[in-house]
Amino acid sequence: MTFALQFVIDVLSLGGAYALMALGLVIVYGILRLVNFAYGELIMVAGYTLFLVGGSGLPWLVMAAVAVLMAVLTGIATDYVAFRPVRAKSVTAVLITSFAFSTLLQNAALLFISPRPRNVPMPELFSQTVEIAGVTTPLRNVVTIVAAVVLLAVFAVLMRRTVLGIAMRAAASNFTMARMLGVPANLIISSAFAISGLLAGVVGILWIGRIGSVVPGIGLEPLLVAFIATVIGGMRSLSGAVLGGFLLAFIDTTLNYTLSQDLLKFRDAFTFGLVILILLWRPEGLLKGPATGQRT
Amino acid sequence: MNRTLLTGVILSALVVLLVLVAELLGIRVFERIATNLCLSLILVIGLQVFMGNSGILSFAHIGFMGVGAYVSALLTIPAQMKGMALPDLYEVMQGVQLSPYLAIPIAGVAAAAVAAAAAWPLMRLSDAAAVITSFALLVVLHTILTNWSEVTNGPRTLFGLPKATDLLLAAGVAIAAIVVALAFKESRTGRLLRTSRDDETASAAMGVDIPQLRWRAFVLAAFIAGIGGALWGHFITSFSPNAFYLHQTFVVLGMLVIGGANTVTGAVVGTFVVTGAFEGLRSLEAGLNEAKIFSEQVVGLTEVVLALAMIAVLILRPGGMFPAREIGVTLARAFNRKGAPS
Repeated sequence: MTFALQFVIDVLSLGGAYALMALGLVIVYGILRLVNFAYGELIMVAGYTLFLVGGSGLPWLVMAAVAVLMAVLTGIATDYVAFRPVRAKSVTAVLITSFAFSTLLQNAALLFISPRPRNVPMPELFSQTVEIAGVTTPLRNVVTIVAAVVLLAVFAVLMRRTVLGIAMRAAASNFTMARMLGVPANLIISSAFAISGLLAGVVGILWIGRIGSVVPGIGLEPLLVAFIATVIGGMRSLSGAVLGGFLLAFIDTTLNYTLSQDLLKFRDAFTFGLVILILLWRPEGLLKGPATGQRT
Repeated sequence: MNRTLLTGVILSALVVLLVLVAELLGIRVFERIATNLCLSLILVIGLQVFMGNSGILSFAHIGFMGVGAYVSALLTIPAQMKGMALPDLYEVMQGVQLSPYLAIPIAGVAAAAVAAAAAWPLMRLSDAAAVITSFALLVVLHTILTNWSEVTNGPRTLFGLPKATDLLLAAGVAIAAIVVALAFKESRTGRLLRTSRDDETASAAMGVDIPQLRWRAFVLAAFIAGIGGALWGHFITSFSPNAFYLHQTFVVLGMLVIGGANTVTGAVVGTFVVTGAFEGLRSLEAGLNEAKIFSEQVVGLTEVVLALAMIAVLILRPGGMFPAREIGVTLARAFNRKGAPS
């Protein structure tokens, strides 16, 4: 029983983080049909902002808010630098610009801050443990679950009930039609990037809370996770991304518990092999998105 | 004169010129830079064979470079060094020791075989799905190289490769790669593949078997990448799996994009331009570090500049420096216009 509970908590906390990462990637992909390779760097930006404001003596929540805000601004900057100027040209061009932008941000961190890990201030909360029905677990796992539930709920309301959300979903299903009906394209795309940055910022703080420090290459793993989760769940479906996140967490946790140490090293190869298989079997992912329209 | 032939001659002449200058100057550093340039050239041209003709971005390319480098290393590290370099190697392979000149082509074939098996089902995908799967393939290859300690020494540095690559060999292979890439581009497969790049639907409607053609280009690209990786391995003589990951991908992609992915001329010119800029920036970085102007080491400057250049090129001139026409075609046209009064 305690083992089952332990397993469930592990899956839910990891899955919550994964789902948020995937959602941030898919919200841009859903509308623009373009992969944002610079997504992981939004998490890096949140981490370094936290490091930079660390000495200021502000309350931690304010520092965290500043870090999330910086991630949002960087998200919008990604749109302006890497996407808007080449959006109409070719899919390949945008993939390369976003890849270049990602390298740019990473190396800027190398150049202006340091290649070495930097410690990030974290509240006491993140290092404490808590006992739930006989299972001892780090409190940060509970924080992650709560944050994921709250953000997913807010996000669901935003997408279903507000004008912005409805316009974004309209744009995701048929961009040209939505534009003809008066949805401002640039505003919608920038909003998608802002939301993507918000999710990345929050998940970045939770993610870095596990490690306690930030390095320039920290964005790679979240990016890979978001890739796998969205591909499994459905590249164009928001609920698919969430499903994919939890499913991936389930697979990872199960592999962690069952694989021997020798094989565990190859876990990434297994999961990415799975991605290739799923893309072949169902190129759209497990959940299909709305009917597709032409981009731009 | 045949325009493709003219292109081949001009591009090869560029490489020959580089060799001559490097040899005549006789400066060790310059010779090293020139060799590196030729090795990059092989990799960039390999990528051009697939990307330029099919129009699909491939991240997996550098993974095949890694496969080539490790296969060649496995076959050539002297038997008495293997105990130290690869302590956990399988017994069957401990005695294997081939000449590098034999191992390098084998490495190319091995990379092509891996690509042929892995890519067979993937070539049906287009656009973003194709890019993500190729990215996934790179991660899979990297994970395997990093963790298969028995044959790769794990994430640690593998050493003991005999030094076999010199400037002449690298330049010779680079010229061969240029010829192969041009020949492939003008072959029936290349031409049909380029129709699918320009309009997938129309091309399929005309009966072009797109996945099959893409697969051929992909395997050829992997073969060139494998040879490039093996040559690089015998030049640098010790490396770790991290040499074949995102950073190297970024550099090779940058060279191709800045020059122009659709033409072999673009691939060659892009490699020359970016290598030149890189060396300049690297010596600037070294100078800054030596002068101790900043409290910490300056790293990453070259990558920042290359990234900015890539974004700028894609915004201002999406096709790169040579977007559509090979140098031979451009020259022939200019000549004809001058020659014929009409």
